[in-house]
Formats: sequence, structure tokens, C-alpha cells
Amino acid sequence: MENYLSIFTEYDIPGAFWVNIQLTFWAAIGALVLGTILALLRISPVGSFQALGTSYVNLIRNTPLTIIILFCVLALYGQLGFVLSSDFQGNFFRLAVLGLAVYHAAFVCEAIRSGVNTVPLGQAEAARAIGLSFLPAARLVILPQAFRGAIVPLGNTLIALIKNSTVAAVGSVATESSSVMKTMIEFRADIVIPIFLTFAVGFVIIVIPVGLLTTWASKKLAVAR
Amino acid sequence: MKSDHQAQASSEGPIVQLTGVNKHYGALHVLNGINLEVTKGEVVVILGPSGSGKSTLCRAINRLETIDEGTIKIDGKTLPEEGKALANLRADVGMVFQSFNLFAHKSILENVTLGPMKVKGMKKDEAKKLAMQLLERVGVANQAGKLPAQLSGGQQQRVAIARALAMKPKVMLFDEPTSALDPEMINEVLDTMVGLAKEGMTMLVVTHEMGFARKAADRVIFMADGQIVEQATPEEFFTNPKSDRAKDFLGKLITNH
Repeated sequence: MENYLSIFTEYDIPGAFWVNIQLTFWAAIGALVLGTILALLRISPVGSFQALGTSYVNLIRNTPLTIIILFCVLALYGQLGFVLSSDFQGNFFRLAVLGLAVYHAAFVCEAIRSGVNTVPLGQAEAARAIGLSFLPAARLVILPQAFRGAIVPLGNTLIALIKNSTVAAVGSVATESSSVMKTMIEFRADIVIPIFLTFAVGFVIIVIPVGLLTTWASKKLAVAR
Repeated sequence: MKSDHQAQASSEGPIVQLTGVNKHYGALHVLNGINLEVTKGEVVVILGPSGSGKSTLCRAINRLETIDEGTIKIDGKTLPEEGKALANLRADVGMVFQSFNLFAHKSILENVTLGPMKVKGMKKDEAKKLAMQLLERVGVANQAGKLPAQLSGGQQQRVAIARALAMKPKVMLFDEPTSALDPEMINEVLDTMVGLAKEGMTMLVVTHEMGFARKAADRVIFMADGQIVEQATPEEFFTNPKSDRAKDFLGKLITNH
């Protein structure tokens, strides 16, 4: 037992999880903004915008996240010299955030679109009938209702994002939890299973409240019809 | 370009003018050569069996339905196909739907102030004052803070009328406004509409309420199979219909009314 507890003093485990939470936080903001724009493209009346949104979702959603993050680090930064921060470690962190945001935006888009489907067509017709054009109608009438109808799928996307933030390990973010876990396993092969369990339980503790919160919020914020 | 449009517009001509309007749903010819003019202050009621195209006609006038052929003009201006110009024109056309379609996430007051504030750029205080006047007029001012789902169908529909009126429309379109209501709520909505008609609002009403047609209409239009079969004053239409289709239609109603 003491043997096991020593890993908490030897390694900064809460700090490692904190990096994942930070990755998730920034990527979630990026994915939400980009995903909302994509959803707007997909529900817009302009055919070429729809095609653009659809192409993005089909390309990105069907590409493994590992490849996207490797692309950010090896191609965007390594090959093309795309730098997001002058700090060496900070640059990898931001590139990983970019990859995570780009990837999850496709899922956010689809979650919002499922929310749009919960809004009756009559709402859009009424908005148009009082003279609102597409963007104001979307901003004032459709999206506020769509987001409330999309809380559960958006929550699921957030849960996936929290766990997928460990893929930042392939993007040279060495401080996040799965990278730290890998290092720990290398040096403490005697307690491999407790180490795995520690990180598994850590993620469960982070993720469970998100699930509870989204279920509660989806009931609380549901649009009465 | 813009000045041309404005030059064409005049309050002298018809407020709504449809010329040679055709629309198909696949093989179904839902609007077949429709010609129709509604002049300022006129109340036109469209009657006809279900599937006759009367709702489609009503919805085509503010382009919630597209048409295949023909022209539709609102106050002399041809209905634009899309974009800002279409939105501007729609702001001049009030629409009341069968299913009310109040914005479900907004309060009754916000439902009415949204258009004036976001489309016409009216200040919040001013919009609120206007909205309260209109809600007062349709008799639901005491519900202003509630959400649509907390109101009865009849109250919701009266709010929908207030919402349309808040845009100070040149014409009001009613697409079966009482068809989704419980019987005891129909009259409160019809009374509001009769009041509007008496104040000189230009109205085009698709309805099954013969009582409203008799009481408030200047002209009745009878549609069947996508065509305007007959038009006459209500008195003439109900007592002496010309076409067999209209006679048949009215004959079936008598058993119910």
C-alpha cells in the first residue's frame, strides 16, 4: 500500500489530470464555436454552404483523431512551420487543442443539427414571416431552442472530448495524464495494474458529474411546447 | 433598382396581386392559374374542401411556399426570391398560422416585441409599449410574462395575431387560424379577427368558419382542385352558389351547421 501511495508523491497526478481538463476546456470552446458555424452552414438555404458543411463533417468525423493531432504537430508545425505559441511546450499544447477542436467540431455540428430537428418547422416559418432573414432567425429563434434540445448529445460529445484529450500524448503534450501514466509504468512495473486503475478511476470521477449535469440541465432547460 | 421598386409601389393599386400563379407537387397541380387581387381594406375569405390549395395559396403570398410560374406582388412590389429584400417584404405581411407557432422559448411579451426590435430596430421601451397595447387589444395583456405553453390555444392564437400586428402589416394572412382550437376557444379568436376587419385591416383568411365569412368578409373565394372556381359576396355565395362544386361543398356543410 505504501508502495502504491508513493506514486502520488513521486508524480504529479492531479497536475496531469489538470492538463487534460485544460485541453478539454479550450478545445470545447473551439469545437462549440466551429461546430455552431458548421451547423449553420448545414441548415443554411444556400446549397454551396450546405455542401461545405457536409464535406467538413464527412471528412473530419471519419478521420481518426490520432491522425488529426499528428497532422497538426508533424505537418502544420513540423512541415509548414505553423506556430501557435513561442513557448515550445505551449506550442504543442495549442496544436493539440486545435486538433481536438477541429475533430470534435464535426460531432458538435451533428449534435446541434439533432437539436435543430427538435424545433418544429413552424418556428422557422414564424420567424421568417415577421421579416427575420436567415441569420437573425437562426440566432434568435432556432439555435436557442436547438441548443436546449441538444444538451444531451452535446454532453456526450464533451465526455468523448475529455477522454480523447489523452490523445494529445501523440502530439507531444508530455504533461497530460496518459503520457504521465506511460512514464510511471516504465519506472514502476511492479504496480502496473494499480496505476492503470488510478487513471481509469480518475477519468470516471471527472466524467460522471458531466453526465449528471447534462441530464439535469436537459430536463431543466427543456422548451415547453 | 431600389427606386424603381419604390416607384412601382403605390397604395392606389391592389395590396396583393397574383397573376397566373401555378404550382405543382409532383403530379398534383396544387395551384392552377390563380389570378387574385385584394384591395386595401378588403376582407377576403377563401373557402374550399381540404386539398383544394387554399393554404398553399395563402402561404405562397409571403413565399413560405415557392411557386413554379406567375407573379405575386405585394403593394405593387414583386415578391423577391430570397435574401434581405424578401425579409423586408415579409415584414409587411402579417401571418397567422393554424398551429400558432409562438416562439416557444420566449415570453408572450418577447414574442410580440421581437419583430419590432430586431426587424424594425425599434427601441425596447417603445416596442414594449406597443406590444402591451396590442396584447391589451387582443385581451391577453395579463399573460405577458408567461411562456406560450402556459396559455390556452385561443390565447396563444390571439398573441400570434398581436405579434403579426406589431409589424404594422399592410395585409394579414390567416391560414386556418381556428382549425387547431377547441370549439369553446374559436369564438374568442374570431371576435378578434372581426374586430380587425371592422378597423379596416386588409385580410386574406383561409377558414372553415362560415359564420366568420358571413359576418366579416367582403368577398368569398371558393377554391377546388387548385383553381378559383367562384368568387362572390358572402350573401350571394351562401344563398345562390353558381358552380356545382360550390353547391356540393355548401350542401355538405349544412348538415353540420
